[in-house]
Amino acid sequence: MDLTLRVWRQKDGQSTGTLETYQISGIIPDMSFLEMLDVTNERLIEEGKDPIAFDHDCREGICGACSLVINGRAHGGFSGTTTCQLHMRKFNDGDTITVEPWRATAFPVLKDLVVDRTSFDRIIQAGGFISANTGGAPDGNAVPIPKPDADAAMDAAACIGCGACAASCPNGSAMLFVAAKVSHLAHLPQGMPERGQRVLSMVAKMDEEGFGNCTNHAECEAMCPKDISISHIAKMNREFIRATVRGE
Amino acid sequence: MGRFAKVLQSSIGAKVAMAVTGILLVLFIIAHMLGNLLMFAGPEATNAYAKGLKDLGALLWVARIGLLVVFLVHIGSALRLWRMNQAARPQAYAVSESTMVTYAGRSIVLTGLLVLAFAAYHLLHFTLFATNPEFAQLHDAQGRHDVYRMVILGFRNTAVSGVYLVSMILLGLHLSHGVTSLFQSLGINNPSYNPLIKRLGPWSGVLVAAGFMAIPLAVLAGVLK
Ligand code: HEM
Ligand code: SF4
Ligand code: FES
Repeated sequence: MDLTLRVWRQKDGQSTGTLETYQISGIIPDMSFLEMLDVTNERLIEEGKDPIAFDHDCREGICGACSLVINGRAHGGFSGTTTCQLHMRKFNDGDTITVEPWRATAFPVLKDLVVDRTSFDRIIQAGGFISANTGGAPDGNAVPIPKPDADAAMDAAACIGCGACAASCPNGSAMLFVAAKVSHLAHLPQGMPERGQRVLSMVAKMDEEGFGNCTNHAECEAMCPKDISISHIAKMNREFIRATVRGE
Repeated sequence: MGRFAKVLQSSIGAKVAMAVTGILLVLFIIAHMLGNLLMFAGPEATNAYAKGLKDLGALLWVARIGLLVVFLVHIGSALRLWRMNQAARPQAYAVSESTMVTYAGRSIVLTGLLVLAFAAYHLLHFTLFATNPEFAQLHDAQGRHDVYRMVILGFRNTAVSGVYLVSMILLGLHLSHGVTSLFQSLGINNPSYNPLIKRLGPWSGVLVAAGFMAIPLAVLAGVLK
């Protein structure tokens, strides 16, 4: 496959970046999007140029490191697919592909396509944890959990914290991510001790980090590589109302 | 900081406040529309209804101030949330492809502000008579303010009718996203009634717009005279 790439290049957080155009040939349709970038980078290095910086780790759709906006859609916008699991056969020979970093105030660009997502870590630190006692591990089956709750918690726990929700939201809102974490723990007995304080603290942190807020377009749900449903945002809203009414 | 002010500071608190005030505004709008439709029942029904409202006296003022507060909370929260959203993405994408965003959803702040501008004009027109001082002189045989005639005369002006018609389409667009949206803001999301909620917004938008637009259209068509 022969492709024209338009890639965001930015030296560091202080510089202003620009879209650079690269012609790339000999791409095999079975390559992943990241392998295509690897090939591009090898050629750039051979030409003595600076390779394109991009985030990646597991390359199997579970770590949440890869984070590219491809042709205006986070992770390319293919249902249930992270950038690392996106194959070049989804594109056509001769295509022009535009690649940009996540764009959000709370995700500043570090270099090229790499953004700083520690704002998500700080939201987790604000409340995305449970208290656990030390001592012998309790029997996993000792705590009964209704099947629908276990299923809902499991669905929410599939969130890999990639940030595609905030990147794709027209408002730069991270509510799908925060909701997945809040909903996951609010469905389980282990999450009960911090239940009210968790949602209030995480939402306050989310606001403080400079994320936007939901106007119910559901763009995040369509772009989320783990198909997290916006029903979790409704759950987070219920948790917020509950904690507020209880005066927590 | 008071409890209420503190809740409004939070993005979700402000969203919940918008949903609650949105419900109150929708209830007001529906009541207002039903009252207006008395025009089709004739001058007697319309003028008696208008007199009945005026005769509420102090109660009317409580309702007016309540409505004003509701409006201010709704608009104040809308503008604050909107500013947060603008600030959340300072640099736009070179290529941006939304798949889910509807026209009504994207333009909700704009339609809201235009409805606000319309509300100001509407008060100057039919409540304070600032645009048409002669409206104050209209009285029917029983000596009541002749609201029926005022509306007929008002809407015979095509430019005025046009403003009302366009504004009601904007209100309909606002409700078409807003009414569906308010359920999610209040945490109401369940597969068994989500299809209904999805339709409630567009349907309420169409019904409210149609109900209000029927009157200027009927006047222009000569059905109401
Ligand atoms: C008669 C007048 C109005 C009615 C009946 C009305 C009704 C509603 C309703 C029911 C909602 C849904 C609330 C939610 O999302 O939870 C809403 C949302 C909204 N309204 Fe209004 N509204 C009116 C006027 C205004 C005005 C004057 C503004 C001025 C800016 C405004 C701005 C907004 C915004 C920004 C939203 C957010 C919607 C979203 O979440 O995407 N509205 N409105
Ligand atoms: S909710 Fe989806 S898009 Fe958002 S961080 Fe989690 S996995 Fe990524
Ligand atoms: S690199 Fe781990 S999810 Fe893509």
